[in-house]
Amino acid sequence: MKKVLMGNHAISYGATLSRVQVIAAYPITPQTQVVELLSEIVANGELEAEFIKVESEHSAMAACIGASAAGARAFTATSSQGLLLMHEVLHWASRARLPIVMANINRAISPGWTIWTDQNDSLSQRDTGWIQIYAADNQEVLDSIIIGYKVAEKVSLPLMVVLDAFVLSHTYEPVDIPDQDKVDKFLPPYNPKIKLDPEDPHAFGGLTAPNIYMEFQYNHQLAMMEAKKVINEAGKEYGEITGRYYQNLSPYKVDDAEYILITSGTVAKTTNIVVDKLRESGVKIGNLRIRTFRPFPSEEIYEILKDKKKIFVIDRNLSFGNTGIFFQEVKASLYNTDIKVPIFGFVTGLGGRDVTPELIEEIVNYGMKKEKPEEEVIWMGVKK
Amino acid sequence: MTEKKKRKIRLSIPAEEIMRPGNLACQGCGASLAMRYALKALGRNVIFDIPACCWSVIDGPFPYSSIGVPLLHMAFETAASTASGIRAAMKVLGKEDTKVVAWAGDGGTFDIGFQALSGAAERNEDIIYVCYDNEAYMNTGIQRSGATPYGAWTTTTPVKHFKKLPKKDIIEIMAAHRIPYVANVNIAYPEDFIRKFQKAASIRGTKFIHVFSPCPPGWKMKPDDTIKVAKLAVQTRAFPLIEIENGVKYTLNVKVNKPKPIFEYLKLQGRFKHLTEEEVKRIQEDVDSYWEYLMKKVEFSKEYAG
Repeated sequence: MKKVLMGNHAISYGATLSRVQVIAAYPITPQTQVVELLSEIVANGELEAEFIKVESEHSAMAACIGASAAGARAFTATSSQGLLLMHEVLHWASRARLPIVMANINRAISPGWTIWTDQNDSLSQRDTGWIQIYAADNQEVLDSIIIGYKVAEKVSLPLMVVLDAFVLSHTYEPVDIPDQDKVDKFLPPYNPKIKLDPEDPHAFGGLTAPNIYMEFQYNHQLAMMEAKKVINEAGKEYGEITGRYYQNLSPYKVDDAEYILITSGTVAKTTNIVVDKLRESGVKIGNLRIRTFRPFPSEEIYEILKDKKKIFVIDRNLSFGNTGIFFQEVKASLYNTDIKVPIFGFVTGLGGRDVTPELIEEIVNYGMKKEKPEEEVIWMGVKK
Repeated sequence: MTEKKKRKIRLSIPAEEIMRPGNLACQGCGASLAMRYALKALGRNVIFDIPACCWSVIDGPFPYSSIGVPLLHMAFETAASTASGIRAAMKVLGKEDTKVVAWAGDGGTFDIGFQALSGAAERNEDIIYVCYDNEAYMNTGIQRSGATPYGAWTTTTPVKHFKKLPKKDIIEIMAAHRIPYVANVNIAYPEDFIRKFQKAASIRGTKFIHVFSPCPPGWKMKPDDTIKVAKLAVQTRAFPLIEIENGVKYTLNVKVNKPKPIFEYLKLQGRFKHLTEEEVKRIQEDVDSYWEYLMKKVEFSKEYAG
C-alpha cells in the first residue's frame, strides 16, 4: 500500500510493522511525530506494545535496555540533545549486546539553539558500539527500521537509523508500506537465547576484571565486523520480498567514473542530480553514498575507489580541530592500500544550511581545478 | 508428644535461603543482610536491576552471582527507568506475576537516580523500588550524599567541615508522589522488614521501601555492632519505622515509648566522634521535633484516611 508520509511517520510505520513490544520515548523536536503516531497506534490497539512515556531520553534508553534484556523487542527515537543525553546508556546497550533499534533525526547541536539538520549528534556516538545506518529518503527510513531489527537481532548489537531533520523528518514523500505478513516472514518474533528469566537466573553485566573484560570487547568487534556482511544479506533478502534492495553502500554511476563524490543522507540525493547534469557535459563523475557508517565498509569502499582519479568527500559535520568525519574515515580506510589519489574534504550544510545542486557543482569544480587539496578542511558556503 | 506439639512451628521469617553463601560484602554489611531478608520475603519469581552501588560489587565478579535470581546491572541513574522497561517487557510477554525490583543505594536514589525514580513514581510503574541507605557514597570510599545526616564525617565532609545540612526526607518526598505504598525498614527488625516487603509485593503500582543499612567501614564502627546500631536507630527515634499508604495514611509500626538518648546511637559510630555536646544536643532536638511532627501526621491520618 502506498501512502504519502513524512519521514517521522515512516519511522512509526517501520516500528509498527516490526511489531515492537516496548517503546520508551521522550519528545524532542524534530522527532515528536514519531512518538505521537506510535502513541496513537498503540492506544488504538493496532500494535500490541507497552509505551513508557519516560521523563528523559536517558531513561528512554535505560527502559529499552531493561525491556530488551528481559526479552522484548524495544524501540525508541530521539534527536540531537536527546541523543547526547543518552550517550552513557548507548554504550551500555551495545556492551550488553542488546538489539535495540532507534531512530535518530539528525539535528545540529546547541548553542546557539538550533533545530535544523547536521550530523554531529549521531557522529558523536561513533564509538558507542552501535550500528549506524544513514537513510536518504522516507522509503529507506521505513525499510531500514525493519531490516534494522533483523540485523540487530542476528549480531546482538543495537542499531541506529539516522535521517536528516526536516529535509526528511517533516517532508512528505510517497512510501510503499509493505504487507504485514511479508514483514512477519522476513522478521520473526524476537526470541533471545539468554534473558532475564526467573526460571533460569543469571546476572548480567557484573564486575568484570582485566582477565576477562578484553574478551568481551573482542567479541563485540567480531559482531560489528560480521554486521557488514549481515547488513548486505538482510538488505538483499528484503529486496527479494519488496523489490527494494539495500546495501552498506549506495553507488550511483560509479563504474566508469574518474571522479567520485562521497556523500551520506539526503545530500546524496541532491548529488545524484548534479552527477547527471555533469555527465551531460562529459564529466565522468559518480556518487558513492555511504549508508553504513558503523561498521565502516572499508573493503567495499576500496573496491569502488581503487581506479579513480580524485575523490571529493562532502561532510555535513565537523570534528573540531581535525576535519569532516566521513573524510577522516575514508582517508583512514585507504591508507594501507595502493590507492594514492587526492582526497578532498569539504565541510558544508552545518546547522541546516541548504546544500544546493549549485553548491555541489562548486565543490566538483573546485576539486577538478586543484591538483591536490590545499587545506585540510575546505569550507563551502561559509561566510568567512 | 501431643498432636498439638507435633504441629509445625509457623515461621514469621521464611526458612528458604535464596541468597547463596559467599559474597563480596564487607564484614557486618547491613546491605548484605537486607538482600537476604528481601529475597526471603519476595521468593524466586523476581527480576532485580541494580545500578552502581555497593551491590554492584557485593553480588560477585563475572561469572558469579550471589543472589540466586535474575539480575541486570545498570548505570548509576537508571534503577527506576530500567525497572520500568523490565516491567513493560514482563507485561507484554504475559508474565505479569513476576515482580520487578530496583535495588539502589542512597546515592543512586537520593541524588543521581532521583529524576528517574520520580518519573517512575509519577507513572505509577508496577515496581518495588528499594533504597538501601548507608548514608554516603560507600562504594567509592565514603563521600557525602543527600542521605548523609547532619553532623556526620565523610571523606568530603572532613571533621573541620562536617556535614551541616540535614538528610533529605526521602520517605516524605516519595509519599508526596501519592504512590500506593511507601515504607521504611530496618535490618534489626526482620519481621517488620519481611512483612513490609510481602505487603509491597501484593500491591500493584509503585512501591518504595527505604532500608536502614549500617556500614561499619563508612560509619567507623565495629562490624559486630551492626545490629546494635540499627536497633538503636529505632530505639532513639532517629529512624522511626513507618508505612505510608497512598501518600496519606501514615502508620507507626514500632512504638518507642521510652526513647534512649541519641548519644547512645551516635557514640558507637566514629563518624560522629568529633561532635561537641552542643551539637549532640542539637541533633537530639531535631530527632524530638521530627518525631513529634511525624506522630501528628500519624494521628491526623487516622482521622483523614481512616
